[in-house]
Amino acid sequence: MTRTIDKENTKIAAAKKMRDIMTTYYLDALSASENNRQVAWITSGGPVEPLVAMDIIPVYPENHGAMIGSAKMGEDLCSKAEEMGYSTDLCAYARADIGCSVAKGGPIGGLPKPDMLICCNNICGTVLKWYEVQARYYGVPLFILDTPVCHTGFFPETAAYVKAQITEYIGFLETATRRKMDMDRMNQVGHLSLEGQKLWQQVLRTTAHKPSPMSAFDAFFFLALIVTLRGTTTAVDFYRELIAEMNDRIAKGISVVPDEQYRLLWDNLPVWHRLKWLSKKFSNHRACLVADTYTSAWCGAIQYIDPDNFLDSIAQAYTRIYLNIGIDQMADQVLDMIQFYDVNGLVMHSNRSCKPYSFGQMDIMRIVQKKAGIPVLMLEADMVDPRSFSESQMETRIDAFMEIILQRGATGRGGQ
Amino acid sequence: MKELAPMKELMPFYQAVDNPAALGRSITHKKVIGTLCSYAPEELIYAAGFHPMRLFASKKEIHLAHNHLQTYCCSVVRGVLEDSLSGHLDFLHGAVFPHTCDSMQRLSDIWRLKGRYPFFADVILPAKMNTPSANAYMAAVLTRFKTDLEADAGITITQQALADAVHLYNRIRSTLSSIYAHKSKYPASLTNRDIHALVKGSMLMDRQQAADLLDKVVRRLASADPAADHARTWGTKRLILSGSVCDMPALYDLFQDTGAAVVGDDLCTGSRWFEGLTDEDDEPIAAITRRYARRMVCPAKHQGLHTRAAHLVEKAQSLKADGVVFVLLKFCDPHAFDYPYIKAFLDDAGIRSLVLELDDSQDSLGQLATRIETFIHMI
Ligand code: SF4
Ligand code: SF4
Repeated sequence: MTRTIDKENTKIAAAKKMRDIMTTYYLDALSASENNRQVAWITSGGPVEPLVAMDIIPVYPENHGAMIGSAKMGEDLCSKAEEMGYSTDLCAYARADIGCSVAKGGPIGGLPKPDMLICCNNICGTVLKWYEVQARYYGVPLFILDTPVCHTGFFPETAAYVKAQITEYIGFLETATRRKMDMDRMNQVGHLSLEGQKLWQQVLRTTAHKPSPMSAFDAFFFLALIVTLRGTTTAVDFYRELIAEMNDRIAKGISVVPDEQYRLLWDNLPVWHRLKWLSKKFSNHRACLVADTYTSAWCGAIQYIDPDNFLDSIAQAYTRIYLNIGIDQMADQVLDMIQFYDVNGLVMHSNRSCKPYSFGQMDIMRIVQKKAGIPVLMLEADMVDPRSFSESQMETRIDAFMEIILQRGATGRGGQ
Repeated sequence: MKELAPMKELMPFYQAVDNPAALGRSITHKKVIGTLCSYAPEELIYAAGFHPMRLFASKKEIHLAHNHLQTYCCSVVRGVLEDSLSGHLDFLHGAVFPHTCDSMQRLSDIWRLKGRYPFFADVILPAKMNTPSANAYMAAVLTRFKTDLEADAGITITQQALADAVHLYNRIRSTLSSIYAHKSKYPASLTNRDIHALVKGSMLMDRQQAADLLDKVVRRLASADPAADHARTWGTKRLILSGSVCDMPALYDLFQDTGAAVVGDDLCTGSRWFEGLTDEDDEPIAAITRRYARRMVCPAKHQGLHTRAAHLVEKAQSLKADGVVFVLLKFCDPHAFDYPYIKAFLDDAGIRSLVLELDDSQDSLGQLATRIETFIHMI
């Protein structure tokens, strides 16, 4: 049932709008001081809503790291940090950011100087160390939101501790801005944040349709808004349009991978410096990476959020995110995704940069093989630093993996 | 210095260090609980009637751990997992995982899913050590751990048992501190390797026995003729080690052979384990919490932006160290992040330093010897 579709038609129109929004956002952030606005650097898993409510511009070094990776500037900036004494084995986001702060280089000439730093360790211990480095470098206050890892559960003492810190966080922002938090505004932002996350989830779920109207590679791109502009109408409006476009594509039978035959799930961060190459590689095999564990983390805690009691509920929502739970619970979520998106295989990126995401992957792999019975491919790479990437090796491994998938046929799916 | 045989009081420590698994198997009057870092609340384990035993990688060849951990994992985490999977640690009743770094966090998951031992506990400590809410949380976590231990042991840990454990640990800590002080004052009175054996041995052997033996070592040192020791210190360079786990006796020997005495450290397998006493006249959980809050942090914990560097500079100055050697394990993120700023602090204070990036399992230190010798001759 091959359909030939005009190549131009397969492009997602909203991409241009998204680029414009991000450009405006970065221009605003870069000119913040001229406009008497404060800038907070915040980790990607951190609660941004209080910043938005207090009119502080949130800036995400990790998003910047992804841009550095995509612009293939990772090696250069990482080396800069290595010259400063930072080990090559550290997370490349951190290395690139530390290098960039000193070199003022990178795709947008460096990030705007922070007035404060907000570090939430729900994604890793790296961010704690990285933000300490930046707090020393920029000489600005650092707030640490400590979200104890939930190996097996979320305990009352954890809830009390994180709740207490949310209050401390608001106090920290009030001191930094010398303004009181406007609770009505906070509530509004909370509602918008939840709405944005629900819409993001809907965007991601459109790929359950066969053929899939977009791929994980598109999700990696469209993710930026739910990360950086969560809690704003900009994000909400944009994702509404994106969903409409996806539904339209579904109605017209437009697939992102021409003649999609196989559906795959991706695990871990993207390989930012090889997105095009990887996307083409899989699509040549008529395989679509329909979903991933990474972008879904920004809508994975919706169940815990109470929009009418937002600040209290985010203590739990920000603590029980994908990376901050035990690997058995992570495996359960992977199995759910395998079922929901009805995939033929799992591609795991063993990411040298990210230890909490990558250690335990081999155990998750075995759980998946056993419970879902689908093939799993493990690719060794790094999200930003190209030095550990071997194109020929990767090519051989992907080809061999796709051979197995092909032999099993399109019916060999996890969802069946 | 090298040709001196260790004093006889040290022999039990050397025996413990030589074969921790044999020691573990020989402890039959108590169930053994493995601990993985200096944040393991050992007083609670001890008070519950268990024997807390620090786990070190036995440095056997890695076969099984490769199925669980990628190549970019530190040798401590990989080595301990290998030991567990290969049955080398089958004498354990269980293990406890305090939350520290990302690698340990995932080792805990992998270990739990393997389910090889009856007892397992996470002690999910706060990452911050310097706020009242973090300290309150820490006390709650310790209380939960106490309950976990009680449930497994089928007993109630009395306040008296806890107080006794605290007292015993304070004895070990203060004797180790005074032994370190003695070594710093009379660097030839003990070899570098003796220091390693004393600390590591104390983490392994029966704690009552360790406390008694350490007392004997202190008495023996006190009775030695300081003048003789002093004469033998002539020309010795004074070093401080900084890092996580330093379980390489050969490295201590290498310093010794080059004429350098290790007069202090900031190691997880050194001062960070024994520095600071627990208040004995306070409620034990509160007192243990307070000790952790006051103790020098490991870099996986936060206690201010300059705490570790300021501490190391102060230590180097007060011990009149000629240099600091960073013994960093490959792939150890928390220490690698702190190294550049701590080095800068040392530079500013005019203290020379050398960084060694090591693999815990590496036997041959050949390539390092030249760098170490050059450094020691230069300082
Ligand atoms: S890539 Fe991993 S280690 Fe780096 S900041 Fe993100 S979660 Fe942390
Ligand atoms: S050596 Fe470093 S990475 Fe390894 S367990 Fe210790 S702190 Fe973690």
